Amino acid sequence: MQSGGRETVADLVLRGGVITATHSPSRAKVLDRLRRGDTGFRILTRAAALAVLGLLGGVIFSLVVDALPALQAFGFNFLIEERWNPVTERFGALAPIYGTLVTSFIAMLMAVPIGLLIAVFLTELCPQFLRRPIGIAIELLAGIPSIIYGIWGLFIFAPFLQETLQPFLISAFGNIPVLSSLFAGPPYGIGMLTAGLILAIMVLPFVTSISRDVFEAVPPVLKEAAYGMGCTTWEVVRYVVIPYTRVGVIGGVMLGLGRALGETMAVTFVIGNAHKVSASILHPGTTISATIANEFTEAVGDLYTSSLIALGLILFVITFIVLAIARYLLLRIERRVGG
Amino acid sequence: MAFNPTLYGRRRRRNGIAMGLSVAATVFGLGWLVLILGVLLWEGFSGLSLAVFTEMTPPPGASGGLLNPIIGSLILTALAVMIGTPIGILAGTYMAEYGRYDRLTSVVRFINDILLSAPSIVVGLFIYEVMVAPMGHFSGWAGAVALAVIVIPVVVRTTEDMLLLVPNPLREAATALGMPRSVVVMRVAYRAAKAGMITGVLLAVARISGETAPLLFTALNNQFWSLNLNAPIASLPVVIFQFALSPYADWQKLAWTGALIITLAVLALSITARVLAAQRQTS
Repeated sequence: MQSGGRETVADLVLRGGVITATHSPSRAKVLDRLRRGDTGFRILTRAAALAVLGLLGGVIFSLVVDALPALQAFGFNFLIEERWNPVTERFGALAPIYGTLVTSFIAMLMAVPIGLLIAVFLTELCPQFLRRPIGIAIELLAGIPSIIYGIWGLFIFAPFLQETLQPFLISAFGNIPVLSSLFAGPPYGIGMLTAGLILAIMVLPFVTSISRDVFEAVPPVLKEAAYGMGCTTWEVVRYVVIPYTRVGVIGGVMLGLGRALGETMAVTFVIGNAHKVSASILHPGTTISATIANEFTEAVGDLYTSSLIALGLILFVITFIVLAIARYLLLRIERRVGG
Repeated sequence: MAFNPTLYGRRRRRNGIAMGLSVAATVFGLGWLVLILGVLLWEGFSGLSLAVFTEMTPPPGASGGLLNPIIGSLILTALAVMIGTPIGILAGTYMAEYGRYDRLTSVVRFINDILLSAPSIVVGLFIYEVMVAPMGHFSGWAGAVALAVIVIPVVVRTTEDMLLLVPNPLREAATALGMPRSVVVMRVAYRAAKAGMITGVLLAVARISGETAPLLFTALNNQFWSLNLNAPIASLPVVIFQFALSPYADWQKLAWTGALIITLAVLALSITARVLAAQRQTS
């Protein structure tokens, strides 16, 4: 294979081949084969990239096609009808949509401030040697499968809430006009509040790690200038870091929200699966994903199945919009940091 | 300006409160991790025995193990990785090597990032519609494809990121030697990015090994020993789901044990991935 002490490209590619580079007809053949292989590989990779787009297109297309019977049967009422009755085949998505929004709202209400505070701790206060371990530990929370949160929530967290937090909320707010209906008993343990709190724990790592990343991208000069003027750490965070990173933080929050909206297993365990819109967050409810997970395999009749798929379509559209906004905002801050 | 002790004191107090809260938040966050892992170890370890790995899932009231769901999960995961990884790597290669400045690449990147966090239950619905409904029955293949759909975005993302980190002079040097583009990619760029790409696959495995929602109506579940991929096949997450929600104490016990096995596997995978990634950065 060695010709004149150097290995030619053709040899390198076709190692073990029998062609010598000096033999010109076969050299042309080898180059031709390389060219064809090159084009083939390029086309193959391009096809794979297009397949990713096709995947999204396929998901949307198939959901729309199979959701059509339900959407045609119920029309716009599907979105505002509370009743969900498999026996009479009357289906409305209001209760699952309401449950999805309420649980996600509770989750964000808790996860955003706590996630931001952890990010502040990690970037401003934490000693250098602890930063990586604590950061990794928080991210491990994101790695725990959602079914683990579910089983833990059902057997440990829900009974705990039933005995402690929920009776407290009921008695504390029982006599205050608006709050009394928000925290109306009895303490079931499972319910929308429990689901929201578990979602908060699951979303926390997303909010934390993205806020930490964007906080770290703040140019040190800006912070040093503020410290030089005598600002306290809190003032630096409040008036320099957060205004500078606002877009990125909102992007991180939206990303977490996207997760919370679509989360299935953890919620299915603790939501109670009741197709009711109730003002009290202590009552059992249902979410879009929990309804699908609980009922899809048992759904009989085309209209029932189609209604569940229509729910999936609604969920996909909502999360798609939220995630698209998140990515757009994060892209904007990436460009600013890069440029 | 004169020194104002009240203002100074207020600012210091406010700072103290905010910093105290951020420490408390961190302790709170870490507390959940400890609490969840602690309970899992406590509940799971007591049920851990050899029988868990050698016996089939029992009927209610009898003793048994988790052999068929463990094997089922391994098969589904392996198949999903075999289907999803090549597509993901090829797509990532296009984005980083051929179409780095293409319009198509930025569109694919945007869509891929959305697929990365799309609700996995919708993936289950999608595969149900395109595979289970036309075939007329639940099957292991459908489960594997559903998981592969979740693998692809993870692998695309890491492959592209890792290939973008490969220094351009390497590619230029290889091209100067007369190598065609495909050889440069496969012999030079892939080799330089190997550790990162393996990390991506490990992360994808970690992600799918706990996924339950996409399997619920694709692979379904199977009480019995079955390796037939054209029939419903048991998987660990679905068995945990079913057993945990059952009223039988034996089943709940097995669910905890299964949860412990999955969590340990996932944590081991993600820590390995991190160590690999960290090694690449330092070397």
